[in-house]
Amino acid sequence: MNAVAYATAAAPSASAAQALLAVRDVRVRFGGIAALDGVSFDVKSGELLGLIGPNGAGKTTLFNCLSRLYAPVAGDILIEGRSILEIPPHRIVDIGISRTFQNLALFGSMSVLDNIRVGAHRRSRSNFLTDAVGLPGTRRRDAALTGAAWELVDYLDLRDVAMRAVSDLPFGLQKRVELARALAARPKLLLLDEPAGGLNHEEVDNLGRLIRTIRDERNVTVLLVEHHMNLVMSICDKVVVLDFGRKIAEGTPAQVRADRDVIAAYLGTAE
Amino acid sequence: MIAGVALALLLPLAIKGFFLFQLTLALIYAVAILGLNLLTGFNGQFSLGHSAFYAIGAYTAAILMDQADVAYYWTLPAAGAACFIVGFLFGLPALRLEGLYLALATFALAIATPQLLKSTPLEPWTGGVQGIVILKPEAPLGLPLNSDQWLYYFTMLTAALMYAGAVNLMKSRTGRAIMAIRDNPIAASAMGVNVALYKSLTFGVSALYTGVAGALGALTVQFVAPDSFTFNLAIALFVGLVIGGVGSIPGTLLGGLFILFVPNIAEELSKGLAQAVYGFILIAVIYLMPSGAAGLIRLIVGRTARSRSQPVHFETASRSARLTRETPMSSSTSGDENAK
Ligand SMILES: Nc1ncnc2c1ncn2[C@@H]1O[C@H](COP(=O)(O)OP(=O)(O)OP(=O)(O)O)[C@@H](O)[C@H]1O
Ligand SMILES: [Mg+2]
Repeated sequence: MNAVAYATAAAPSASAAQALLAVRDVRVRFGGIAALDGVSFDVKSGELLGLIGPNGAGKTTLFNCLSRLYAPVAGDILIEGRSILEIPPHRIVDIGISRTFQNLALFGSMSVLDNIRVGAHRRSRSNFLTDAVGLPGTRRRDAALTGAAWELVDYLDLRDVAMRAVSDLPFGLQKRVELARALAARPKLLLLDEPAGGLNHEEVDNLGRLIRTIRDERNVTVLLVEHHMNLVMSICDKVVVLDFGRKIAEGTPAQVRADRDVIAAYLGTAE
Repeated sequence: MIAGVALALLLPLAIKGFFLFQLTLALIYAVAILGLNLLTGFNGQFSLGHSAFYAIGAYTAAILMDQADVAYYWTLPAAGAACFIVGFLFGLPALRLEGLYLALATFALAIATPQLLKSTPLEPWTGGVQGIVILKPEAPLGLPLNSDQWLYYFTMLTAALMYAGAVNLMKSRTGRAIMAIRDNPIAASAMGVNVALYKSLTFGVSALYTGVAGALGALTVQFVAPDSFTFNLAIALFVGLVIGGVGSIPGTLLGGLFILFVPNIAEELSKGLAQAVYGFILIAVIYLMPSGAAGLIRLIVGRTARSRSQPVHFETASRSARLTRETPMSSSTSGDENAK
């Protein structure tokens, strides 16, 4: 990984006292079942928070609320004290939330570089007319955007495949492209939904280091959903545990690991 | 490339009359197909109704010249603007429709348009079933060209500008957003792309292209009538799109040539069975070039220059052709899965 080569841009925000993200009593229902049943927790700026729980616990549902794909029936979600529930999905990236998807949601026929450039969509401006005419100002801005995308290509070691269509790449590389695309938006809050899925042991270790490096160098707060316990326990500052849509535990990795409810929840399932 | 341009520029000096007229028309169809391709190939929205936009463009030009004595060259921006508005407005409610349902809605547009053009309330402008006859534009500045030659160059110039615009657009930030929506609308939205706005605007731009082609077609044929713009035209444009290559900009030129000349060739081979022969040729071509002419060219280029890296744009465009063709609705399905 080329992570060290990247120079940090901004200083960490001063208002560390206020939570970057506050989830307040969020409830989501699908038909009869409560996918989220009154979940509350805070994420402080700069924190790396693990969100764990058995299958169907509601982890992805919470991410989808943060992306405004699902609307909670009750509760609130605040970023730096402001509710996001009135913001349309395509504006979520403007307030600093960016994500990856559990089952990959890449632009399959487009190149790796283009995927990353779409990630930086809101970091530039243009419209149909200026782009069709190719005005010099528009071109300059696009060149800047492209430069930033190349930087991410190198940061995540994707240069060899930068021009390949992502659908032609192996799963592990595709996951990395998704991470690069999410970073291209320069988020304050990065949501990672099972980034270690399908990776082998060594790759998981590398990923853990990478996530920490990203958090440290890029000043992002990370919300990590993972089934890979070793990964979560080794890199997270704090862990929130969901089960059947409820928060059953919250604390440091050591506290959570020793929690009786957590042990019961995990023993109660096939895992 | 340069040889091709030189050939295209010198052609009118070598060939005359009807054949030149046909070439002009093929180029016009290519522009119309390019419009359809921006929508279907690059944005993943289906249309079986682009004959309607072609008709609106043609009638805008004809009515402006016939009723208001507008100079022929001003009819092109007017036709483009009219079609952009109609396309955008049609695209807004169509946002709710996916894949086959959108195809059905646009099909309705295609079958309604000729009838509307014939209808009595519009007759004072459209001339009803009779249509409108317009005059062929003469070469300006005393250029030593007959009007067929001039129309060819005029069409060529217009087409060149429109192709350049399309190429620029698809290489740009806007173009990437358009293609991202095709590949995965949910992810595009999560990355900050206003999917509804981009889809409606793409519909408008697509209609604009096809509408300008319609206006050029009216100038070239010197006549518009409702029955020139039936569903058959919509299907012909669709055939040209698939033959040229879904998601390929240069492929649309071949698509235009194909839909103009191949039916005539079929007619020559057998008068009585022309349609059947055309059908047979179509099947044979699709069988031999399953991703359109663009796919075939890619294959040949790929064989000869395997290791050389290709321009990004060409690569993306041609790949999308294959994906869109094989799994028309894959993007929306995979998007839904991820929302789960
Ligand atoms: N779109 C939807 N429609 C109906 N039910 C849904 C939908 N999305 C999620 N659910 C249900 O909500 C519950 C929580 O699902 P969710 O995907 O959030 O779980 P998860 O914690 O991410 O699980 P996993 O670890 O398997 O990814 C499950 O019972 C799931 O079936
Ligand atoms: Mg999940």
